[in-house]
Amino acid sequence: MFVVMALLVGALYAAAFYLLLARSTVKLIFGLLLLGHAANLLIFSAGGLVRANPAIVPPGAESPLPGYADPIPQALILTAIVISFAVLAFAAVLVKRAYVESGTDDSEEMRASEQ
Amino acid sequence: MLPALPIIIPLLTACACLLFGHRARLQRALAVLGAGGLLVAAITLFTRVWIDGVLVLYVGGWQAPFGITLVADTLAALMVLVAALMHLAVSVYSLANVDARRQRYGYFTFMNIMLMGVCGAFLTGDLFNLYVWFEVMLIGSFVLLVLGGGRAQMEAGIKYVTLSLLSSALFLAGVGVIYGIAHTLNMAHLSQRLTLAAEADPWLVVAASVLLLLSFGLKAAVFPLYFWLPASYHTPSPAVSAIFAGLLTKVGVYALIRVFTVVLPPSNYTLNLLLVTAGLTMLLGVFGAVSQSQIRRILSFHIISQIGYMVMGLALLVSPDPAIQRLSVAAAVFYIAHHIIVKTNLFLIGGTVRALTGTERLDRLGALLNRAPWLAILFLIPALSLAGLPPLSGFWAKLAIIKAGFEAQQYTLTVVALFAGLLTLVSMLKIWNEAFWKPAPDDEITPDDGDRNGPPSRRLALLVTPSIVLAVLTLAIGLYPQALLSASQRAAGELLDRAGYVSAVELRPEPVTQSETEKDAP
Repeated sequence: MFVVMALLVGALYAAAFYLLLARSTVKLIFGLLLLGHAANLLIFSAGGLVRANPAIVPPGAESPLPGYADPIPQALILTAIVISFAVLAFAAVLVKRAYVESGTDDSEEMRASEQ
Repeated sequence: MLPALPIIIPLLTACACLLFGHRARLQRALAVLGAGGLLVAAITLFTRVWIDGVLVLYVGGWQAPFGITLVADTLAALMVLVAALMHLAVSVYSLANVDARRQRYGYFTFMNIMLMGVCGAFLTGDLFNLYVWFEVMLIGSFVLLVLGGGRAQMEAGIKYVTLSLLSSALFLAGVGVIYGIAHTLNMAHLSQRLTLAAEADPWLVVAASVLLLLSFGLKAAVFPLYFWLPASYHTPSPAVSAIFAGLLTKVGVYALIRVFTVVLPPSNYTLNLLLVTAGLTMLLGVFGAVSQSQIRRILSFHIISQIGYMVMGLALLVSPDPAIQRLSVAAAVFYIAHHIIVKTNLFLIGGTVRALTGTERLDRLGALLNRAPWLAILFLIPALSLAGLPPLSGFWAKLAIIKAGFEAQQYTLTVVALFAGLLTLVSMLKIWNEAFWKPAPDDEITPDDGDRNGPPSRRLALLVTPSIVLAVLTLAIGLYPQALLSASQRAAGELLDRAGYVSAVELRPEPVTQSETEKDAP
């Protein structure tokens, strides 16, 4: 399972960086999206992939049954997903606005701020 | 409660400004009031930390390392204090510099959200929480950067947003790997566990450190990760540029210092990497500045160059001698505080020049010395301080760094630092010669009347007062450096005393038996 996850995370990173390096600003957004997914899956794998019980405290007990899965990586990923959703929504609007202002989606031609 | 106030006050101010966005005068009053309140809270926090030592707040009553912990040590309190001061200065400046349309579209709201992120990043004692505060700060800065903008601002926005998100993704990956190694996120807890982990497998910890190094390096704009900065910082309103220039990259440097002193076990691999980076950052930043001919673009490259000095202070930890380590970290802290004040002020003055003349291009400026001699003096104080001339604050900052460099026997880097200082002076004199000294060019100078908010004299007073206050502060630090110096030394002492940091946070003892009460927490 670890090998599969490692390959998957690697493939996602490769795809993300490939898209980030593209000239089209639309592909840029997809690159950022994949970058977030790659990081989330990395956290998930690094946190430990185990077949185990959910970390729920049974009624009457004071701690979850032994052999529970660590819930923290999932909490981290949940937070990261929400944040990246918000930020990417902003980025999508920004790319649209930049397209309207400069009439191009080619980042090579976006040089107005460098003159 | 006190350590949370610098986060709560900007949040409340942001909400209030959003609610009263349609009532211009009330919103402006609230913004200045909120900035003033933040400054009062920051002063109180700093005084308390100075008297009582490190303050720790367990958010929601969850004890460390389970909940999120806010830790206000001397460095965090000092940074919050300086940030609050800049916030107030820039808020007052914004009243006259940011037009009514931008204010209606949430300028003050996002300024306060950004400040909340900045203060949160300074105060947090939890690695993942640091990521969250970075994102809060970023989303505020994204909006401020593109607010009211045309083509240049949008295009600069794309570059800034992309590189910032790349940096966040790297940070997130680093946090994931570190969690995988240590199974905790509390900085004090990490400090203990990563030291043990590094004994078992040093390169795994180094790999995670390099991810954090790349991420914070991008935020701090060090070589070779700085290209987004000069492409974006000159495009928004001058007031926005000023607060960005003062605070945002320095949050990256703060994170580097925090993580590489307290959290990660010392590793010569990363420190040597930082050492080389510091030298190249100083040099290439200042080369970039010399080749530019627009005020804010010159100043943007200087930010990069100055970041090199701060990183140098951190990188000198390679020296095994504790006294030198303490000196160099103290120098870095002193440098950051001095730099935030001076750099914000220079950008504010650049904005005032633009408000007076309608341009920032040096070839179209001239004879400002005759038109506005007070502005010339006001410019000279932070400009010469940035270049490191006595008796201004920059002299002591540079002196401390150079002294640490020589004592650590890093002669090449120290000579590079001196050389970069010389070139800084050259490019500051370039602004002086072109904008203030040379005769005015023939074409008509038209004042920038587009965003006038009141009678000119009142508007000018709002533009100049923050600059005067910051210039006086620079001068005061220069004439009496001992106050800031002892604060930075104390901050450095705390940063290098890992055991002290860990005991201040008071981790719950291991092994964890879940039978103890956690139920009184909400």
